[in-house]
Amino acid sequence: MAAIRVSLPTHLKTLSHVDGEIVVEVDGAVTQRTVIDAVESKYPMLCGTIRDHVTKKRRPFIRFYACEEDLSNEDLDAPLPEAVVSGQETYFVIGAMAGG
Amino acid sequence: MSSVRVLVGTRKGAFILESDGKRKKWDVRGPHFAGWEIYHMKGSPVDKDRIFVSQTSGWFGQIIQRSDDGGKTWFQPGTPAGAPTTTPEGMPMGESNKFVYDEAAAPLTTHLWYDGTQHPWEFKRVWHIEPSLSDPDTIFAGVEDAAMFRSKDGGKTWQEMSGLRGNGTGSQWAPGAGGLGLHTIIIDPSNEDRMYGAISSAGCFRTDDCCKTWKTITKGLSSLYIPDPNAEIGHCIHRIAMHPSRPNTLFMQKHWDVCRSDDAGETWYEVSGDLPSDFGFPIDVHAHEPNTVFVVPIKSDSEHYPPEGKLRVYRSKSGGMDWEPMTKGLPQENCYVNILRDAMCVDNLDDCGVYFGTTGGQVYASRDGGDSWDAIVRDLPPVLSVEVQVLQ
Repeated sequence: MAAIRVSLPTHLKTLSHVDGEIVVEVDGAVTQRTVIDAVESKYPMLCGTIRDHVTKKRRPFIRFYACEEDLSNEDLDAPLPEAVVSGQETYFVIGAMAGG
Repeated sequence: MSSVRVLVGTRKGAFILESDGKRKKWDVRGPHFAGWEIYHMKGSPVDKDRIFVSQTSGWFGQIIQRSDDGGKTWFQPGTPAGAPTTTPEGMPMGESNKFVYDEAAAPLTTHLWYDGTQHPWEFKRVWHIEPSLSDPDTIFAGVEDAAMFRSKDGGKTWQEMSGLRGNGTGSQWAPGAGGLGLHTIIIDPSNEDRMYGAISSAGCFRTDDCCKTWKTITKGLSSLYIPDPNAEIGHCIHRIAMHPSRPNTLFMQKHWDVCRSDDAGETWYEVSGDLPSDFGFPIDVHAHEPNTVFVVPIKSDSEHYPPEGKLRVYRSKSGGMDWEPMTKGLPQENCYVNILRDAMCVDNLDDCGVYFGTTGGQVYASRDGGDSWDAIVRDLPPVLSVEVQVLQ
């Protein structure tokens, strides 16, 4: 079981009633998909805010970063870097800069 | 003594304005849900402390919020703060934000797109919330892309009432500049199975069987901007209003034209009369005078501000045709704001209160049926919606 540190944008922290980073536990392969699954399972009020309820497609103005890399368009089932799996680095869910 | 609560949705949060029945001194609370677009917020007529909010964002999608204490505290109906996040069976909660078209009941087809091609139906946001007149747990939601949803459990879960989207004309529906939204939902208080819906820019529709089937009701409407001006579909309805004592009479602000029906929408006729412009967005009816109607003329479809820079509410006491400008207390020079379709309402105190919000962030109130106006608040974000509740 890996404990994954996840940083949420401010508005999603407000919705999920948390301050600072959250930590979710992932059993098995640590990928973007399993991390987001774990986030939605622990904080179900975030369902639909990061990815579509049905298609599970990333919302257009959400980005995923880790280890100074933009992973937004990478394979969701690819393993995340070991630094994220070990808890050394944080997995970032970002609200894209898009005006407004 | 009565008190009044005005619910204001803006581009960057929700505000609650409260006063006693004199409506002279107002307290302003907010912003709630700061930074989010609040398309609409409305209280249940059965339980006035129960308020539903459509909270939406281009980044994070659709959230439904609910308060059971008049807006002091809020929670997502499926997941109250501090409550377990799973059901006893272990199923994740938080379903209140989930609006999924009922493809089994009505195939998820396509609608007309701006370039003339067909475009897939895609959920974007909730434009309008209409609580049931008799059950505090039943709420209707008008969404973009246009469809009707209903919750029967206080907003925890939502099901599409697919008869509207599936009424057979959907492939001809085209979005207006703001999107393909079901923005108007009116429940007939004398027969709650009868409801009206209006969609920009598809038209208006009526159900007589509580959303199972919907009939297009656009006969008599004429819109010069569509190839067949008398077509059944394609009219850009901006708003419809009804007085509860006379539910077969409807008033409509269309893209251009103010119209009226006296037969539950079967036929319409124009009542723009002597308005300086018959373009506009909101329309409402006086609480005690079913023939007194309010509109706010806007210069044109490309110049979304009042003619001559003068903010004037026009009132007809004859059900249309003859209109008088209400100007006292409203800016009469250099005013270039817009008033959006859901941003006007009336209260049922004596005298009738009339309220509207502007894209400049002002919320104006009249305590005397439109004769004079005061700004309750001046510098909010652009106002998207205004609703009022009278509390005992």
